[in-house]
Amino acid sequence: MDHHGTHHGGVRMGFTLNGRPVEHQGGVTLLEALRGDFALSGPRFGCGEERCGACHVLLDGESVPSCALPVEAAEGREVVTIEGLTPQRLQEAFEAEQAGQCGFCLSGILVSAAALLRRNPDPDEAAIRAALEPHLCRCGAHNRILRAVRRAAA
Amino acid sequence: MNLAFHGFADDGKARLPGSLHVNRRLSRWLAFHPDGTATIRPGKVELGQGILTTLAQIAAEELGLPLPAIRIAPTVTGESPDEAVTSGSLSVQECGMALRHACADARALFMSVAAQSSGVPHEALRVEGGRFLAPDGAEISSYAALSDRDLLDAEASPDASPIPASARRVAGTSAPRLDLPPKLRGEPRFIHDMRLPGMLHARMIRPPRPDARLVTAPDFALREGDFLAVVAATEAEAARAAERATRLARWEGGTPLPADWTRWLEETPGERSTVAEHGEAKDGTSVLRRVFWRPFLAHGSVGTCCAVALWEAGALRVWSHSQGPYNLRTDLAKALHLPPEAVVVEHREGAGCYGHNGADDVALDAALCARAHPGRPVRALWTRAEELASAPLSPAMRVAVEVHRDDGGRITSWRSEARGNGHSGRPGRAKDPALLSAPLLPRAAPMPVSINPPLAGGGGVQRNLVPIYRVPHMKAEMVRLTEMPIRSSALRGLGALANVWAIESVMDELSEGDPVGFRLRHLDDPRAATVLLEAVDMSGFEERHKLPEGDGMGIALARYKNTGAWCAAVAHIRAEETLRCLSLHLACDMGEVINPDGALNQLEGGAIHGTSIALKEEARFDEERILSTSWDAYPVLRFSEVPRVMVKLITRPEEPPLGAGEPSVAPTIAAIANAVHQALGIRPTRMPFTPENLAKESD
Repeated sequence: MDHHGTHHGGVRMGFTLNGRPVEHQGGVTLLEALRGDFALSGPRFGCGEERCGACHVLLDGESVPSCALPVEAAEGREVVTIEGLTPQRLQEAFEAEQAGQCGFCLSGILVSAAALLRRNPDPDEAAIRAALEPHLCRCGAHNRILRAVRRAAA
Repeated sequence: MNLAFHGFADDGKARLPGSLHVNRRLSRWLAFHPDGTATIRPGKVELGQGILTTLAQIAAEELGLPLPAIRIAPTVTGESPDEAVTSGSLSVQECGMALRHACADARALFMSVAAQSSGVPHEALRVEGGRFLAPDGAEISSYAALSDRDLLDAEASPDASPIPASARRVAGTSAPRLDLPPKLRGEPRFIHDMRLPGMLHARMIRPPRPDARLVTAPDFALREGDFLAVVAATEAEAARAAERATRLARWEGGTPLPADWTRWLEETPGERSTVAEHGEAKDGTSVLRRVFWRPFLAHGSVGTCCAVALWEAGALRVWSHSQGPYNLRTDLAKALHLPPEAVVVEHREGAGCYGHNGADDVALDAALCARAHPGRPVRALWTRAEELASAPLSPAMRVAVEVHRDDGGRITSWRSEARGNGHSGRPGRAKDPALLSAPLLPRAAPMPVSINPPLAGGGGVQRNLVPIYRVPHMKAEMVRLTEMPIRSSALRGLGALANVWAIESVMDELSEGDPVGFRLRHLDDPRAATVLLEAVDMSGFEERHKLPEGDGMGIALARYKNTGAWCAAVAHIRAEETLRCLSLHLACDMGEVINPDGALNQLEGGAIHGTSIALKEEARFDEERILSTSWDAYPVLRFSEVPRVMVKLITRPEEPPLGAGEPSVAPTIAAIANAVHQALGIRPTRMPFTPENLAKESD
C-alpha cells in the first residue's frame, strides 16, 4: 500500500520511503513529513538545527539530518529510516554489545553506521568515530556503540 | 515515600524493605495471570538507565518464573505504589528490595495454598517455571492456576525470606536490556511517539527572564496570565505558529540574571548551616587554602521534554516522563486548582534523564493547553532552546577548603564551605507548585526557592562535602542562597561534582607526589582502599612518570553520598590546543550487583558525562536571558572526544546494593583535574577545564 502525505500546500511530489513509493504535498521538513504524515517513530526530533544527529536518515544512501531539510529535497530520491534498515546486522550487533542506554540517539546512529559500512566495509575505530561525529549520545554509551559498529563490520 | 529525601522514620510498623514499608499491600506490587505470566508494578520508572530489566530479574528470581514471563506495568498514580522520585541511585535499594521481598512473600503464600490443597508439605514443594512441583516432579499447582484467587490482597509479611545470595541464579547475571530491541528498530516506545486520535500539538513561547511579564501577545496564541502557547493540528503548524508568536510577543521586566556569576555567588545572601563537625579545632603549622568554582550546568538530554494531556469531564489525564508521577500529580492539582483524585499521571519513557529536567514542567504546559481543548489529547513538546535554558539548571557552586597540617605533614584540621543555590526544587514537596509555568498563571505564587535535602537524605550542595579521610578536626559548612534568579535543581551527582573535585584536588596537592600512599594513610575504610588500589593496578598509574610531555594521569576517590558506592578513577589526559581525556580506568564497589553489564553501562556513562562536564560544559547567560540555547552554545562531548572507559566491578553479593547511576561522575572529574597537574603543572580551580579557564590559574 502506498503512503500519502496529507499536508496541505505545495505541489504533490514523490519519493521512495523504505522501499515503497510515497507522495507528499510538501511545505514541511522531511522529519515533519516522516513523523507527522508517514507516522514513523524512528527518526527523532532532537534539536531542529542539524546539531545532534537524532533525526538522521539515508538519502540515496548518504546519512543526512532530516530536521531542517525541506521534504522537497527528497523528490525522486530514496529515503531509508531505521525502520527500513535491513538486513538487521547492525541492530543485532548493538544488542550483542548492549550498546545504548535511553536509546533516543540510536536510530540516527544506526543510520550513519549503515552508511559508513556501505562505503567502508571494514572501518577502524577512527573512521567510526568520524562517521558518528554528528551524533550526540548524552547517556555515554559511546564505547559500546563503537564496539557494536566494529562487530557489525566483522 | 522518598527515602532519599526523608530518611527512615519510625512509624511503629514492622520494618519492610525499601518502599514496601509504606506500600505494604502485595497487590500493589504484582499480579499473576492465567497465561502463566506475572505483572510487576514498580513505582520507579525507566529513565534510560535500564532499571526495568533489573527489576524484572529480581522478580523472576524470587517467583521462580522465566524472565520473559515478567510483564512490567507503567507507573500510574492511583494504581502503582507511590515511590516518590526515581533519583539518587536508589531504585534497586528502594524498589528492587521491595519487589524482592514482596515476590518472596507471594511465592510463599501461593505455595502454602498449593501445599494445603494437595497435602504435600510446603517444605517439600519446589517452584519451577511458575509451577509448584512435588518431590516426584508432579505438578501440584501453579501461579496461573491460583491467579483468580485474591491471595495478594494482603499486607506483606516481615517474615518473607528471599532466596539467599549464594542460591541466586538470575540476579547477578547480565540479562540483556528488555527495552533495547524495540528502540533499535524505531518502534514507537517514547512518549514522543504517542499518537492518540484527534491529538493536537502545542508549543510554548518563553519569557526571556523567568519572571518577565507578558505585555503583548498575538491573538492566535493561547494566553493565561503570562503563560503563552500555540496549539495546532500538526507539529509542523505548531512549530511555525510558535515562531510567529515568538516574534510578536513583547515581554518586560523580571529579575536580571547574574551575568557575573562568581561575584553573585560571593555576594548573595544565604542561610549558613553546619553540615558536620567533629574534633577540636587546632591550627597546624602549615595551611593550604583553595577555592573552587563550578558553573551552572544543563541536563542536555538528546530528546526534548514532552507530555500528552487530556481533559475530559473535569478530570485530567497526563502521560509524562516524570521521575515522580505522584509528586507531579500533587503539583498539577495545585497549579490547576483540582483535587489530586481528578488528576492521573501515567509514566511513558522519555529520552535519557539525568536529574530534575523539564519533564514535569512540560506536563503542566500540556495540561494548560489541553484545558483549552477539552476532549482532545494535546501533545506538548519543548524546543532545543527550552531544553537547554528553561529546564532547571544544576546550580553554580563555590567550594572553599582550608586544611591545616602538623610538622609531619599529617592533616590536623579540615574546614570547608560549599555555597550556592539549593539543589532540590522538585515538584510535590513545597507549599506552592514547582512547575515552570505555574508562577506565570494569574494570581499564582512565585517559584519556590530550591532547598538542600538533609545529609541523611543525601544532601544537595553539601553532598560529599565531608571528606571520607580520617582527620582529627573537621568542620563543613554550607550556605544556601535565598535568591534564585536562575531556577536550580538536581542534576546527576548534585553537589558531589564540585565537592569531590575540591577534596580530591586538595588531597592530591597535599600528597606531595605520593597521591596513593597519602590517601591510604588517611583512610580507615577498607572498601575505599580496595577500589583505590584496583584503579591504580588496572591503569598503570604508578608508571605515570613515563608518559610523554603534555600527558598526565590523575587519580581520585569518593564514596558517593558517603553512604553509597565506592568509586576510584584514574584519568589519562593529553594537553594539546585543548585538553583531551584519552582513557579512564574505574574501580567500583556497589555491593550486590543485580545486572553487572547494566551497572557497567551506567558507570561508563557516568564517567563520560563527568568528562564532558569537566572539559566543556557551562551554561552561559547575560542579564537578559540564558544564551546557551543550542548545542553550538552548550557543547558536550562528541564521539571524537570520548575517552576509552575501562571499569572493574568489585561485586559483593552478600552486601546491600548501592546504585550505579551516579558514583562515577565526580571521581572522573576530580581525576581529570589531577591529571591536568601532571600535564601542565596547574591545579584547575575553575570548571570547565578549558584553555581560557586554565589561563586564569595563577600558579
